[in-house]
Amino acid sequence: MATMTMAKALNAALADAMLDDDRVLVFGEDVGQLGGVFRITDGLQARFGDKRCFDTPLAEAGIVGFAVGLAMSGLRPVVEMQFDAFAYPAFEQIASHVAKLRNRTRGALSVPIVIRVPYAGGIGGVEHHCDSSEAYYAHTPGLKVVTPATVEDAYSLLREAIDDPDPVVFMEPKKLYFTSAEAELPARREPFGTAVVRRPGTDATLVAYGPAVPVALAAAEAAREEGWDLEVVDVRTIVPFDDATVAASVRRTGRCVVIQEAQGFAGVGAEIAARVQERCFHALHAPVLRVSGLDIPYPAPMLEHTHLPSVDRVLDTVARLQWDDQPDSRWLARGSAA
Amino acid sequence: MTTTPQAVRRASPRKRRPATPAAPDPSAGLLPQPAPVRLLNPDGTSLPSRDDYPEPPVEVLREMYRRMVVGRRFDAQATALTKQGRLAVYPSSRGQEACQVGAVLALRDNDWVFPTYRESVALTARGIDPVEVLTLLRGDWHCGYDPAGRRTAPQCTPLATQCVHAAGLAYGESYQGRDTVALAFIGDGATSEGDFHEGVNFAAVFKAPVVYFVQNNRYAISVPLSRQTAAPALAYKGVGYGVPSEQVDGNDPVAVLAVLTRAVAHARAGHGPFLVEAHTYRMEPHTNADDATRYRDANEVEAWRDRDPVVRLEAHLRARGVLDDAGVAAIAEEAEAYAAGLRDRMNAQPAVDPLSLFDHVYAEPTPQLVEQREQVRAELAAAEEEGA
Repeated sequence: MATMTMAKALNAALADAMLDDDRVLVFGEDVGQLGGVFRITDGLQARFGDKRCFDTPLAEAGIVGFAVGLAMSGLRPVVEMQFDAFAYPAFEQIASHVAKLRNRTRGALSVPIVIRVPYAGGIGGVEHHCDSSEAYYAHTPGLKVVTPATVEDAYSLLREAIDDPDPVVFMEPKKLYFTSAEAELPARREPFGTAVVRRPGTDATLVAYGPAVPVALAAAEAAREEGWDLEVVDVRTIVPFDDATVAASVRRTGRCVVIQEAQGFAGVGAEIAARVQERCFHALHAPVLRVSGLDIPYPAPMLEHTHLPSVDRVLDTVARLQWDDQPDSRWLARGSAA
Repeated sequence: MTTTPQAVRRASPRKRRPATPAAPDPSAGLLPQPAPVRLLNPDGTSLPSRDDYPEPPVEVLREMYRRMVVGRRFDAQATALTKQGRLAVYPSSRGQEACQVGAVLALRDNDWVFPTYRESVALTARGIDPVEVLTLLRGDWHCGYDPAGRRTAPQCTPLATQCVHAAGLAYGESYQGRDTVALAFIGDGATSEGDFHEGVNFAAVFKAPVVYFVQNNRYAISVPLSRQTAAPALAYKGVGYGVPSEQVDGNDPVAVLAVLTRAVAHARAGHGPFLVEAHTYRMEPHTNADDATRYRDANEVEAWRDRDPVVRLEAHLRARGVLDDAGVAAIAEEAEAYAAGLRDRMNAQPAVDPLSLFDHVYAEPTPQLVEQREQVRAELAAAEEEGA
């Protein structure tokens, strides 16, 4: 066991993957000599040479399209999009080619690419550096979408992503890069599609992923003072989604709040909430509620704390889970106005 | 202000600096020739031979003619199949046969081709089963042939995106010690897309062995070339990326093959990418669903009919004494048989299996897809029961 940051665990995962499989190439903007703006690729070029880890022209569609061609030639590209919003120029390559090539060719061609996307906010970043873009990818069949919330998961999920036969959009919560934890590497690996109960509880289930997981855990801790024993489920792989673990938890607790940092409308949390009520309706004592970012463009740094899901906002939402068998007064007010 | 002696000295014509040798022009060797390379007159007679583009062997030209004739007959048959409702749509390349076949003949079988939706004739010329080529347009799947086995990417509908794939594949092949060349087809309109820029630039930076082959057929559906670029010619786009380029008369089969042969050799020798622009013309509308009379003049089309690449090559081969009436008739007969075989096979209703929709989304279906497949299976069973 050693104390390490998520950034270091990701770096170790890349290095170990490159060591195990010489088809793995790591490339993108500033990933070579500099080691990436977040230092996730630190030292890889020095260790593996500039043919295995290299900088490219500053063009995200080019980076992803280049990776498609490399994968067609039998290599295993791992590319870095420098920031969430900088990946948008690559969206056509991702949606029209990366996601579809296997399907279009009945499996004759596959593109086992990993697209690493540092994403989400909470770091005081200026505009275009803090988007939560996971819903765009999760809405695109053919992609797997993964986001770690812990140091060990960062390692194990990235190793799994690089070995996966399908393209993976690997979403790295920037605000967790430099959080440290005790970790033992190589961490135990579990197949994609396995959510995990991070904290057992009996009264309600908080479902979260990526940067929202620490918020959920802090809220669950704070809720003890209010007398609620909350369970926290970390989704880990948005696609494929682990319905079984989430539904089993909600059936046990009877109440559910879904937490995401992204803006809420048409987001991943909406999908999760719908899936939970489809599967757990008779076990539910209250509607499934959501806590998300506001439906606004990501705000300027001095205002981001208002936008981001907070422990207080989670607790306020938990309080609305009809504990006294009374419907939520907000819906009643709306109903009477109608 | 008084003039200092130093200033006087500087102004003195006797103190002229020694002439510095002219710096070498860094664009030398990158620019295309100011006029498209042409080796045949429109009537098929030869222009003076030239050292930079020697005429390909005559037996290769005869094979080129054969594939062009068969390709044109295939193209006409595909257009006919749309009228019979057998194809959803067909983008014809009639008039562009020199480019379609020339590109294929310039490559080895183990080279890679990155075609667009207008390259059906190139694909049949590459030996791919015409029914497999038309699968996309018939609508029973997206790509009907095996791209890995045929070293031919699926026909690309999004514009210019294949330019970057070709760069990546070519670099990946050379990285693994193979001497594969990738040829990416692209049209004039798609050179306006960012992925064209990014593809050529990546190929240049990584010295990837790619030939970018622009068929400038003058129109992007209805929009003329003047609305795509202010460049003197599309071939001039190469110099900005450090990529040598050439322009060629795209309706001169001999010149097309000669220029592409040199471009492929350049790439295979490890000198990086090469850009070729072929000036040609789309004789038919964009697709059968398009009405070209709305945007171009009949006289313009007629003028291009006089530059027909098939007629041109036939005249040349007859003059060279390697083709006669009997040879022309035999090839025409072969083309008819090819078209008839295609027609018969396309008249058979293809079998489609709704459950196959779930097979290739991921290597293994997700639990959600397994659920949906079961739902569809139940729907199909219920429908069958109702029908029974």
